Amino acid sequence: MPATELLLDITLGVLLLILAGAALHGTRLYTGIISFIAFGLLLALVWARLGAPDLALAEAAIGAGLTGVLLLSALGRHADEPAQPGSAVRTLATLLLGVLVLILLLRAVLPLAQGPQPLPALVNSQLEASGVSHPVTAVLLNFRAWDTLLELLVLLLAVLGVRQLQPAGRPRPGVWPLLQAWSRILAPLSVIIGGYLLWRGSHAPGGAFQAGALLAAGVVMLRLAGLLPLLRWENGLLRLLVLVGVALFLTVAAAGAWFGAGWLNYPAHWSGALIVLIEVAATLSIAASLSLLVVGERQELGR
Amino acid sequence: MSGASLYLGLGVLLWLLGLHGLLRLRHPLRRIMAINLMGSGTFMVMVALASRSGHNDPVLQALVVTGLVVAVSATAFALRLAVAHQAHRSRQRPTGEHEE
Repeated sequence: MPATELLLDITLGVLLLILAGAALHGTRLYTGIISFIAFGLLLALVWARLGAPDLALAEAAIGAGLTGVLLLSALGRHADEPAQPGSAVRTLATLLLGVLVLILLLRAVLPLAQGPQPLPALVNSQLEASGVSHPVTAVLLNFRAWDTLLELLVLLLAVLGVRQLQPAGRPRPGVWPLLQAWSRILAPLSVIIGGYLLWRGSHAPGGAFQAGALLAAGVVMLRLAGLLPLLRWENGLLRLLVLVGVALFLTVAAAGAWFGAGWLNYPAHWSGALIVLIEVAATLSIAASLSLLVVGERQELGR
Repeated sequence: MSGASLYLGLGVLLWLLGLHGLLRLRHPLRRIMAINLMGSGTFMVMVALASRSGHNDPVLQALVVTGLVVAVSATAFALRLAVAHQAHRSRQRPTGEHEE
Protein backbone atom coordinates (compact mmCIF):
# COMPACT_ATOMS: atom_id res chain seq x y z
CA MET A 1 0.00 0.00 0.00
CA PRO A 2 1.50 3.37 -1.05
CA ALA A 3 2.53 5.76 1.69
CA THR A 4 0.31 8.59 0.38
CA GLU A 5 -2.82 6.46 0.69
CA LEU A 6 -1.85 5.48 4.22
CA LEU A 7 -1.29 9.15 5.01
CA LEU A 8 -4.78 10.01 3.72
CA ASP A 9 -6.31 7.19 5.77
CA ILE A 10 -4.51 8.27 8.94
CA THR A 11 -5.49 11.92 8.41
CA LEU A 12 -9.13 10.96 7.91
CA GLY A 13 -9.02 8.77 11.01
CA VAL A 14 -7.50 11.45 13.24
CA LEU A 15 -10.00 14.05 11.95
CA LEU A 16 -12.89 11.66 12.66
CA LEU A 17 -11.69 11.06 16.21
CA ILE A 18 -11.25 14.80 16.85
CA LEU A 19 -14.74 15.58 15.49
CA ALA A 20 -16.29 12.74 17.52
CA GLY A 21 -14.58 14.07 20.65
CA ALA A 22 -15.81 17.59 19.87
CA ALA A 23 -19.36 16.29 19.34
CA LEU A 24 -19.36 14.83 22.83
CA HIS A 25 -17.27 17.39 24.71
CA GLY A 26 -17.64 20.64 22.74
CA THR A 27 -18.18 23.48 25.19
CA ARG A 28 -21.56 24.43 23.74
CA LEU A 29 -24.17 21.94 22.59
CA TYR A 30 -24.47 23.82 19.29
CA THR A 31 -20.76 23.32 18.60
CA GLY A 32 -21.15 19.64 19.40
CA ILE A 33 -23.99 19.20 16.90
CA ILE A 34 -22.11 21.01 14.13
CA SER A 35 -19.09 18.76 14.81
CA PHE A 36 -21.39 15.75 14.58
CA ILE A 37 -22.68 16.87 11.16
CA ALA A 38 -19.10 17.35 9.94
CA PHE A 39 -18.31 13.90 11.35
CA GLY A 40 -21.09 12.41 9.18
CA LEU A 41 -19.73 14.08 6.04
CA LEU A 42 -16.20 12.79 6.70
CA LEU A 43 -17.64 9.35 7.39
CA ALA A 44 -19.13 9.42 3.87
CA LEU A 45 -15.58 10.02 2.57
CA VAL A 46 -14.35 7.01 4.57
CA TRP A 47 -17.05 4.78 3.04
CA ALA A 48 -15.91 5.93 -0.41
CA ARG A 49 -12.30 5.11 0.53
CA LEU A 50 -13.35 1.64 1.67
CA GLY A 51 -15.00 0.93 -1.68
CA ALA A 52 -18.63 1.31 -0.62
CA PRO A 53 -20.13 4.09 -2.80
CA ASP A 54 -23.70 2.99 -1.95
CA LEU A 55 -22.97 3.70 1.67
CA ALA A 56 -21.19 6.97 0.96
CA LEU A 57 -24.29 8.26 -0.87
CA ALA A 58 -26.64 7.10 1.90
CA GLU A 59 -24.44 8.50 4.68
CA ALA A 60 -24.10 11.92 3.03
CA ALA A 61 -27.88 12.24 2.66
CA ILE A 62 -29.10 10.47 5.81
CA GLY A 63 -26.26 10.51 8.31
CA ALA A 64 -25.05 14.03 7.74
CA GLY A 65 -28.10 15.80 6.29
CA LEU A 66 -31.26 14.51 7.92
CA THR A 67 -29.72 13.64 11.31
CA GLY A 68 -28.25 17.15 11.42
CA VAL A 69 -31.67 18.76 10.85
CA LEU A 70 -33.18 16.47 13.49
CA LEU A 71 -30.53 17.35 16.09
CA LEU A 72 -30.71 21.08 15.40
CA SER A 73 -34.50 21.16 15.65
CA ALA A 74 -34.33 19.19 18.93
CA LEU A 75 -31.72 21.68 20.19
CA GLY A 76 -34.19 24.53 19.60
CA ARG A 77 -36.58 22.97 22.12
CA HIS A 78 -34.04 22.05 24.76
CA ALA A 79 -32.80 24.00 27.68
CA ASP A 80 -29.04 24.46 27.58
CA GLU A 81 -27.13 21.93 29.60
CA PRO A 82 -25.90 22.77 33.08
CA ALA A 83 -22.15 22.74 33.45
CA GLN A 84 -20.87 19.38 34.65
CA PRO A 85 -18.28 19.42 37.37
CA GLY A 86 -15.42 17.26 36.11
CA SER A 87 -13.85 14.83 38.53
CA ALA A 88 -10.23 13.86 37.96
CA VAL A 89 -10.60 10.46 39.65
CA ARG A 90 -13.53 9.51 37.43
CA THR A 91 -11.71 10.63 34.30
CA LEU A 92 -8.68 8.54 35.27
CA ALA A 93 -10.85 5.49 35.98
CA THR A 94 -12.67 5.96 32.64
CA LEU A 95 -9.35 6.19 30.82
CA LEU A 96 -7.98 3.03 32.47
CA LEU A 97 -11.15 1.07 31.81
CA GLY A 98 -11.28 2.41 28.24
CA VAL A 99 -7.74 1.20 27.48
CA LEU A 100 -8.54 -2.23 28.92
CA VAL A 101 -11.73 -2.59 26.86
CA LEU A 102 -9.90 -1.30 23.77
CA ILE A 103 -7.21 -3.98 24.10
CA LEU A 104 -9.84 -6.70 24.58
CA LEU A 105 -11.91 -5.56 21.58
CA LEU A 106 -8.87 -5.18 19.32
CA ARG A 107 -7.76 -8.70 20.19
CA ALA A 108 -11.22 -9.91 19.19
CA VAL A 109 -11.70 -7.84 16.04
CA LEU A 110 -8.28 -7.73 14.33
CA PRO A 111 -8.04 -11.51 13.68
CA LEU A 112 -11.35 -11.28 11.77
CA ALA A 113 -9.51 -9.49 8.97
CA GLN A 114 -7.60 -12.69 8.18
CA GLY A 115 -10.73 -14.85 7.94
CA PRO A 116 -11.95 -16.41 4.67
CA GLN A 117 -14.42 -14.42 2.59
CA PRO A 118 -16.73 -16.80 0.73
CA LEU A 119 -19.72 -14.47 0.30
CA PRO A 120 -18.62 -12.24 -2.64
CA ALA A 121 -18.00 -15.26 -4.85
CA LEU A 122 -21.33 -16.77 -3.81
CA VAL A 123 -23.19 -13.54 -4.60
CA ASN A 124 -21.43 -13.18 -7.96
CA SER A 125 -22.29 -16.75 -8.93
CA GLN A 126 -26.00 -16.14 -8.26
CA LEU A 127 -26.09 -12.59 -9.65
CA GLU A 128 -27.48 -13.75 -13.03
CA ALA A 129 -30.58 -15.18 -11.35
CA SER A 130 -31.33 -12.13 -9.19
CA GLY A 131 -32.74 -9.89 -11.93
CA VAL A 132 -30.37 -6.95 -11.32
CA SER A 133 -26.69 -6.55 -12.08
CA HIS A 134 -25.52 -4.50 -9.07
CA PRO A 135 -24.54 -6.90 -6.26
CA VAL A 136 -25.57 -4.64 -3.34
CA THR A 137 -29.05 -4.10 -4.81
CA ALA A 138 -29.33 -7.84 -5.47
CA VAL A 139 -28.53 -8.57 -1.82
CA LEU A 140 -30.87 -5.85 -0.53
CA LEU A 141 -33.92 -6.75 -2.60
CA ASN A 142 -33.47 -10.39 -3.51
CA PHE A 143 -31.04 -12.48 -1.46
CA ARG A 144 -31.72 -10.76 1.85
CA ALA A 145 -35.09 -9.14 1.11
CA TRP A 146 -36.24 -9.89 4.67
CA ASP A 147 -33.84 -7.18 5.94
CA THR A 148 -35.31 -4.56 3.66
CA LEU A 149 -38.88 -5.55 4.48
CA LEU A 150 -38.22 -5.34 8.22
CA GLU A 151 -36.36 -2.07 7.76
CA LEU A 152 -39.41 -0.54 6.07
CA LEU A 153 -41.47 -1.81 9.01
CA VAL A 154 -39.08 -0.17 11.50
CA LEU A 155 -39.39 3.12 9.60
CA LEU A 156 -43.20 2.83 9.73
CA LEU A 157 -43.03 2.03 13.45
CA ALA A 158 -40.88 5.13 14.07
CA VAL A 159 -43.41 7.34 12.25
CA LEU A 160 -46.27 5.84 14.28
CA GLY A 161 -44.28 6.28 17.51
CA VAL A 162 -43.52 9.93 16.76
CA ARG A 163 -47.20 10.42 15.95
CA GLN A 164 -48.19 9.03 19.36
CA LEU A 165 -45.95 11.56 21.11
CA GLN A 166 -47.94 14.48 19.70
CA PRO A 167 -44.98 16.81 19.39
CA ALA A 168 -45.66 20.33 20.54
CA GLY A 169 -46.24 22.77 17.70
CA ARG A 170 -43.75 25.60 17.78
CA PRO A 171 -43.71 28.72 15.66
CA ARG A 172 -40.94 28.44 13.14
CA PRO A 173 -38.42 31.26 12.96
CA GLY A 174 -38.90 33.75 10.15
CA VAL A 175 -37.84 32.52 6.74
CA TRP A 176 -34.67 33.90 5.30
CA PRO A 177 -35.33 35.15 1.71
CA LEU A 178 -32.11 33.65 0.37
CA LEU A 179 -33.19 30.21 1.68
CA GLN A 180 -36.45 30.50 -0.28
CA ALA A 181 -34.64 31.47 -3.45
CA TRP A 182 -32.10 28.69 -3.11
CA SER A 183 -34.60 25.99 -2.25
CA ARG A 184 -36.57 26.82 -5.42
CA ILE A 185 -33.45 25.84 -7.35
CA LEU A 186 -32.31 22.93 -5.16
CA ALA A 187 -35.66 21.13 -4.77
CA PRO A 188 -36.11 20.23 -8.46
CA LEU A 189 -32.47 19.12 -8.48
CA SER A 190 -33.11 16.78 -5.55
CA VAL A 191 -36.03 15.23 -7.49
CA ILE A 192 -33.90 14.75 -10.61
CA ILE A 193 -30.90 13.33 -8.74
CA GLY A 194 -33.16 11.13 -6.61
CA GLY A 195 -34.86 9.74 -9.72
CA TYR A 196 -31.50 9.17 -11.36
CA LEU A 197 -30.14 7.30 -8.33
CA LEU A 198 -33.27 5.14 -8.23
CA TRP A 199 -33.05 4.28 -11.92
CA ARG A 200 -29.30 3.61 -11.70
CA GLY A 201 -29.66 1.38 -8.64
CA SER A 202 -30.31 -1.78 -10.65
CA HIS A 203 -26.88 -1.78 -12.29
CA ALA A 204 -24.64 0.64 -10.37
CA PRO A 205 -24.32 2.17 -6.88
CA GLY A 206 -27.54 3.89 -5.88
CA GLY A 207 -31.03 2.64 -5.13
CA ALA A 208 -34.18 3.11 -3.10
CA PHE A 209 -32.61 4.31 0.16
CA GLN A 210 -30.35 6.94 -1.32
CA ALA A 211 -33.11 8.20 -3.63
CA GLY A 212 -35.67 8.26 -0.80
CA ALA A 213 -33.30 10.18 1.48
CA LEU A 214 -32.59 12.75 -1.25
CA LEU A 215 -36.30 13.28 -1.94
CA ALA A 216 -36.91 13.65 1.80
CA ALA A 217 -34.13 16.25 1.96
CA GLY A 218 -35.86 18.20 -0.80
CA VAL A 219 -39.22 18.04 1.03
CA VAL A 220 -37.62 19.10 4.34
CA MET A 221 -35.90 22.06 2.67
CA LEU A 222 -39.11 23.26 0.98
CA ARG A 223 -41.03 22.85 4.24
CA LEU A 224 -38.45 24.83 6.22
CA ALA A 225 -38.51 27.56 3.58
CA GLY A 226 -42.30 27.76 3.97
CA LEU A 227 -42.89 26.91 0.31
CA LEU A 228 -44.78 23.66 0.95
CA PRO A 229 -48.22 23.41 2.56
CA LEU A 230 -48.64 21.38 5.76
CA LEU A 231 -48.22 17.65 5.28
CA ARG A 232 -51.44 16.60 6.93
CA TRP A 233 -51.84 13.07 8.25
CA GLU A 234 -55.59 13.17 7.37
CA ASN A 235 -54.55 13.56 3.76
CA GLY A 236 -55.18 10.10 2.30
CA LEU A 237 -52.46 10.50 -0.30
CA LEU A 238 -49.78 11.04 2.35
CA ARG A 239 -50.90 7.97 4.29
CA LEU A 240 -50.88 5.98 1.07
CA LEU A 241 -47.32 7.17 0.35
CA VAL A 242 -46.14 6.16 3.84
CA LEU A 243 -47.74 2.72 3.53
CA VAL A 244 -47.21 1.83 -0.12
CA GLY A 245 -43.68 0.42 0.32
CA VAL A 246 -44.55 -2.06 3.05
CA ALA A 247 -47.90 -2.90 1.42
CA LEU A 248 -46.45 -3.69 -1.98
CA PHE A 249 -43.53 -5.62 -0.51
CA LEU A 250 -45.87 -7.73 1.63
CA THR A 251 -48.22 -8.31 -1.33
CA VAL A 252 -45.36 -9.56 -3.50
CA ALA A 253 -44.05 -11.75 -0.67
CA ALA A 254 -47.48 -13.22 0.08
CA ALA A 255 -48.27 -13.78 -3.59
CA GLY A 256 -44.96 -15.63 -3.91
CA ALA A 257 -45.78 -17.72 -0.86
CA TRP A 258 -49.25 -18.69 -2.17
CA PHE A 259 -48.76 -19.07 -5.92
CA GLY A 260 -45.01 -19.24 -6.46
CA ALA A 261 -41.79 -20.59 -5.08
CA GLY A 262 -42.22 -19.31 -1.55
CA TRP A 263 -42.06 -16.28 0.75
CA LEU A 264 -39.97 -13.54 -0.94
CA ASN A 265 -38.86 -15.91 -3.71
CA TYR A 266 -39.53 -14.04 -6.94
CA PRO A 267 -40.44 -15.97 -10.11
CA ALA A 268 -37.36 -16.11 -12.32
CA HIS A 269 -38.62 -14.13 -15.34
CA TRP A 270 -40.26 -11.42 -13.31
CA SER A 271 -37.61 -10.76 -10.71
CA GLY A 272 -36.08 -7.74 -12.47
CA ALA A 273 -39.44 -6.00 -12.96
CA LEU A 274 -40.62 -6.88 -9.45
CA ILE A 275 -37.43 -5.50 -7.88
CA VAL A 276 -37.78 -2.21 -9.76
CA LEU A 277 -41.46 -1.97 -8.75
CA ILE A 278 -40.65 -2.61 -5.08
CA GLU A 279 -37.79 -0.10 -5.25
CA VAL A 280 -40.06 2.64 -6.62
CA ALA A 281 -42.66 2.00 -3.90
CA ALA A 282 -39.97 1.81 -1.20
CA THR A 283 -38.42 5.10 -2.39
CA LEU A 284 -41.77 6.89 -2.08
CA SER A 285 -42.39 5.39 1.37
CA ILE A 286 -38.92 6.18 2.64
CA ALA A 287 -39.14 9.76 1.36
CA ALA A 288 -42.58 10.35 2.94
CA SER A 289 -41.67 8.68 6.26
CA LEU A 290 -38.32 10.45 6.64
CA SER A 291 -39.90 13.83 5.85
CA LEU A 292 -42.60 13.22 8.45
CA LEU A 293 -39.99 12.14 11.00
CA VAL A 294 -37.96 15.29 10.44
CA VAL A 295 -40.56 18.05 9.99
CA GLY A 296 -43.75 16.45 11.35
CA GLU A 297 -45.51 18.68 13.90
CA ARG A 298 -48.72 18.35 15.85
CA GLN A 299 -50.80 19.89 13.06
CA GLU A 300 -49.25 17.43 10.65
CA LEU A 301 -49.20 14.20 12.60
CA GLY A 302 -52.11 14.74 14.99
CA ARG A 303 -55.74 13.93 14.35
CA MET B 1 -0.57 -2.37 8.63
CA SER B 2 -3.10 -2.34 5.82
CA GLY B 3 -6.00 0.08 5.31
CA ALA B 4 -8.59 -2.47 6.42
CA SER B 5 -7.01 -3.11 9.81
CA LEU B 6 -6.46 0.63 10.31
CA TYR B 7 -10.19 1.21 9.88
CA LEU B 8 -11.01 -1.81 12.05
CA GLY B 9 -9.07 -0.18 14.89
CA LEU B 10 -10.67 3.19 14.18
CA GLY B 11 -14.14 1.63 14.33
CA VAL B 12 -13.36 0.06 17.72
CA LEU B 13 -12.05 3.42 18.98
CA LEU B 14 -15.18 5.25 17.81
CA TRP B 15 -17.37 2.64 19.49
CA LEU B 16 -15.48 3.10 22.75
CA LEU B 17 -15.70 6.89 22.51
CA GLY B 18 -19.46 6.57 22.06
CA LEU B 19 -19.73 4.21 25.03
CA HIS B 20 -17.78 6.66 27.16
CA GLY B 21 -20.12 9.49 26.13
CA LEU B 22 -23.20 7.40 26.79
CA LEU B 23 -22.04 6.51 30.30
CA ARG B 24 -20.56 9.81 31.41
CA LEU B 25 -22.57 12.60 29.79
CA ARG B 26 -25.93 13.68 31.19
CA HIS B 27 -27.58 15.76 28.48
CA PRO B 28 -30.00 13.68 26.37
CA LEU B 29 -28.86 15.15 23.04
CA ARG B 30 -25.23 14.34 23.83
CA ARG B 31 -26.20 10.81 24.76
CA ILE B 32 -28.13 10.33 21.51
CA MET B 33 -25.09 11.55 19.59
CA ALA B 34 -22.95 9.12 21.61
CA ILE B 35 -25.18 6.19 20.63
CA ASN B 36 -24.89 7.28 17.01
CA LEU B 37 -21.10 7.32 17.37
CA MET B 38 -21.23 3.74 18.66
CA GLY B 39 -23.35 2.82 15.61
CA SER B 40 -20.88 4.50 13.26
CA GLY B 41 -18.03 2.56 14.89
CA THR B 42 -19.89 -0.72 14.36
CA PHE B 43 -20.63 0.18 10.73
CA MET B 44 -16.96 1.01 10.21
CA VAL B 45 -15.86 -2.40 11.53
CA MET B 46 -18.37 -4.08 9.19
CA VAL B 47 -17.36 -2.07 6.10
CA ALA B 48 -13.65 -2.57 6.85
CA LEU B 49 -14.30 -6.32 7.08
CA ALA B 50 -16.22 -6.13 3.80
CA SER B 51 -13.15 -4.73 2.02
CA ARG B 52 -10.58 -6.94 3.74
CA SER B 53 -9.40 -9.05 0.80
CA GLY B 54 -9.53 -6.62 -2.08
CA HIS B 55 -12.97 -7.43 -3.51
CA ASN B 56 -15.93 -5.93 -1.69
CA ASP B 57 -18.43 -8.04 0.18
CA PRO B 58 -21.90 -6.84 -0.96
CA VAL B 59 -23.69 -8.67 1.87
CA LEU B 60 -22.00 -6.68 4.64
CA GLN B 61 -22.40 -3.42 2.69
CA ALA B 62 -26.12 -4.09 2.19
CA LEU B 63 -26.49 -4.79 5.91
CA VAL B 64 -24.91 -1.43 6.71
CA VAL B 65 -27.21 0.40 4.22
CA THR B 66 -30.17 -1.15 6.05
CA GLY B 67 -28.58 -0.27 9.38
CA LEU B 68 -28.23 3.41 8.43
CA VAL B 69 -31.95 3.80 7.77
CA VAL B 70 -32.83 1.96 10.98
CA ALA B 71 -30.36 4.17 12.90
CA VAL B 72 -31.90 7.40 11.60
CA SER B 73 -35.44 6.15 12.43
CA ALA B 74 -34.36 5.28 15.97
CA THR B 75 -32.56 8.63 16.34
CA ALA B 76 -35.64 10.55 15.20
CA PHE B 77 -37.82 8.68 17.69
CA ALA B 78 -35.29 9.09 20.51
CA LEU B 79 -35.02 12.83 19.88
CA ARG B 80 -38.81 13.21 19.99
CA LEU B 81 -38.88 11.25 23.25
CA ALA B 82 -36.18 13.52 24.69
CA VAL B 83 -38.11 16.64 23.67
CA ALA B 84 -41.35 15.24 25.11
CA HIS B 85 -39.55 14.38 28.36
CA GLN B 86 -38.13 17.87 28.57
CA ALA B 87 -41.58 19.42 28.03
CA HIS B 88 -43.07 17.09 30.64
CA ARG B 89 -40.42 17.97 33.22
CA SER B 90 -40.74 21.73 32.70
CA ARG B 91 -44.53 21.34 33.17
CA GLN B 92 -44.08 19.23 36.30
CA ARG B 93 -41.47 21.28 38.07
CA PRO B 94 -43.58 24.27 39.22
CA THR B 95 -46.41 22.05 40.59
CA GLY B 96 -43.90 19.74 42.30
CA GLU B 97 -42.36 22.68 44.14
CA HIS B 98 -45.80 23.89 45.08
CA GLU B 99 -46.66 20.58 46.74
CA GLU B 100 -43.47 20.64 48.74
